[in-house]
Amino acid sequence: MSTFTEVPQAAPVAVFKLTADFREDSHPKKVNLGVGAYRTDDCQPWVLPVVKKVERMICEDQSLNHEYLPILGLPEFRSSASKIALGDDSPAIKEQRVGGVQSLGGTGALKIGAEFLRRWYNGTNNTATPVYVSAPTWENHNGVFSDAGFKDIRPYRYWDAARRGLDLTGFLEDMEKAPEHSIFVLHACAHNPTGTDPSQEEWKKIADVMKRKKLFVFFDSAYQGFASGSLEKDAWAIRFFVSEGLELFCAQSFSKNFGLYNERVGNLTVVAKDGDNLNRVLSQMEKIVRTIWSNPPSQGARIVAKTLTSPELFAEWQGNVKTMADRVLLMRSELKSKLLAMTTPGTWEHITQQIGMFSFTGLNPKQVEYMIKEKHIYLMASGRINMCGLTTKNIDYVAESIHEAVSKVQ
Amino acid sequence: MNCKIGFYIVKEYLSWWSEVQMGPPDPILGVTEAFKRDTNPKKINLGVGAYRDDQGKPYVLNCVRKAEAQIATKKLDKEYLTIGGLAEFNKACAQLALGPDNEVLKSGRSITVQTISGTGSLRVGANFLSRFHTVAKDVYLPKPSWGNHTPIFRDAGMQLKAYSYYDPKTCGFDFKGALDDILKIPEKSVIMLHACAHNPTGVDPRPEQWKEISALVKKRNLLVFFDMAYQGFASGDIDRDAWAVRYFIEQGHNVVLSQSFAKNMGLYGERVGGFTVVCKDAEEAKRVESQLKILIRPIYSNPPMNGARIASTILNTPELYKEWLVEVKDMATRIIRMREELVGNLKKEGSTLNWQHVTDQIGMFCFTGLKPDQVERLTKEFSVYMTKDGRISMAGVTSGNVGYLAHGIHTVTK
Repeated sequence: MSTFTEVPQAAPVAVFKLTADFREDSHPKKVNLGVGAYRTDDCQPWVLPVVKKVERMICEDQSLNHEYLPILGLPEFRSSASKIALGDDSPAIKEQRVGGVQSLGGTGALKIGAEFLRRWYNGTNNTATPVYVSAPTWENHNGVFSDAGFKDIRPYRYWDAARRGLDLTGFLEDMEKAPEHSIFVLHACAHNPTGTDPSQEEWKKIADVMKRKKLFVFFDSAYQGFASGSLEKDAWAIRFFVSEGLELFCAQSFSKNFGLYNERVGNLTVVAKDGDNLNRVLSQMEKIVRTIWSNPPSQGARIVAKTLTSPELFAEWQGNVKTMADRVLLMRSELKSKLLAMTTPGTWEHITQQIGMFSFTGLNPKQVEYMIKEKHIYLMASGRINMCGLTTKNIDYVAESIHEAVSKVQ
Repeated sequence: MNCKIGFYIVKEYLSWWSEVQMGPPDPILGVTEAFKRDTNPKKINLGVGAYRDDQGKPYVLNCVRKAEAQIATKKLDKEYLTIGGLAEFNKACAQLALGPDNEVLKSGRSITVQTISGTGSLRVGANFLSRFHTVAKDVYLPKPSWGNHTPIFRDAGMQLKAYSYYDPKTCGFDFKGALDDILKIPEKSVIMLHACAHNPTGVDPRPEQWKEISALVKKRNLLVFFDMAYQGFASGDIDRDAWAVRYFIEQGHNVVLSQSFAKNMGLYGERVGGFTVVCKDAEEAKRVESQLKILIRPIYSNPPMNGARIASTILNTPELYKEWLVEVKDMATRIIRMREELVGNLKKEGSTLNWQHVTDQIGMFCFTGLKPDQVERLTKEFSVYMTKDGRISMAGVTSGNVGYLAHGIHTVTK
């Protein structure tokens, strides 16, 4: 009798299964619009030129070794990462009430934040605190918070499928009705999967309710710079909330904006009321980190820290980020023009109104199935497409296929 | 925001974190902090377990540098690894532990996932057992064990118990005590065994003792969790250091195993490790693999590439692998020599105490037998930094400081 006889086969994670299916497909025109990673116009992964440069520098620097980083991570990385989110002239940083926990990608930052909140927020070990995630949201948000022990994870209204835009009224109502001290996971920019962000005016309304109802702000910032091409613009919401005096967590990922996906580079930025609170929080973060990974991996953090702290490299990086953002914007505009030119049924303004890597096309599950089975175009059942999967070479085929799917399948 | 009332500042909003207590400093890492603050030029850091060369400097292995140079020429992309990590690494990692001709590997009845070094491996393992080994919630650790084992298992939701292991009277293995305690462990409980170079004591069972432990553990129907953080580093021979793991598997134990490449490849900060589950058959291994992925995804999604790529290159490139075996042996040999020198110097100092345990013990650490007050004196009067339990990291001992160290130890123990 095996110990593991009763272990059931788990379903594969949907987004990775999609890529696996794509790989097995031998159709010459196949297109992968699934997983969220940047692709060039030749549909190739892109290692940022600045990253190649910095990696060479690190490789050639004989003074560097592979010793353990401190538990909370590489100090230069932590401070420069938090600075990127909050701004060079951030008063909160000047007041020394901002700290960072280097983490394994954005996921790792969310994990550490969630574990901390479960232990120390709203009482001690209070697993009953409601955690609100947007409807829809990145599917792993649910997993992170429930694995951290939270028992009550609820949706807040976000995507208005009929209007294909933000359901601000529903969003604000859900916040008003939320129990005091509920945790809200907010996408800082380039909402995943809808690509629909609140405007600055709408963010102000959201911040107002969060303050009044004493809700906890947990930003997920995975696309800073990648969304609009501007670091400042993409961090506007975070900075506004901080300027309103709110304490918050911000899980940052450098997977997309640095193209460092597999090096797992992330940072949990903590903004506290003052330095004393910050220090106590960080000391408890150390305890949490120690039993999960002890200390974080060094390579990715070194690359990012070196880039962010050198004016020349920083400027080069900004250029690389803009290159990626611009290509995505171009594909959005091209896709919309082509659909309009074919007079494809439906409205397509959302393709260019939405921002970032993803677009919620509005295709329903049957239409998605048609796209995959008949046209060998792989996208998520939700109708989410990764704009990076589009190229000048495949965009006509994709536009025609969407036209077919929408016309033939109801 | 703030208004002053007399001398008091009243904050308009209280922080969310007012009730958060200051966490105590890490007992091991706190030693290095104190060491850094000390201005004594003769200071020695014997705290944390990271290898140092005979100049007391961190050592980057030549095979690592070569592997890195090789990798740089390949111009690889940075796409996400799968949740289970780099396949070539996982395969080589399992082969290193089990031996390339192991029946388990041939039959495909095990699964290895890449993890965030040893800690990450233990945590994934603990989470897995907590979720799926529901028949028993208890993990039995040797007394003492690595300090971080306890909070890892506790945070994963398991309960900690202990079995006798170290005999302070002999500074050696309490074989009888261990067997007596293991005999009493309830069936199906998890028992943690250090595969080699026990941390913190440096005391390992002899092969005949391992055989008896295996038989007893089998009789008690316990689930074996091996922690192997020092393969190659203990004796200098990777097969010898993995002997216990391979023997247990041969004897029919379907073990779970954590491996770290922090020490034996000097890849500390790159976080390279593996977690292996030996299953009944390949079908079970597939089910277990699927559940490991479900566990890992909400922690960090997928593991870091850099270190695994380096380790994989070394393990899979014959010339680099050979070079690695030599370098690991050199590191282990230097440690063994330092043990001998320490004992020799203590004798020269005139110590009449029995220091045999220093050379009997194996691996990076030595349980000196020093009492807390002696440790305190050693730190205060000689600037020798170590943990309060009397553990020293032999890697911090060099031919340049061994005489001074012996002098200090003799002074506080005579």
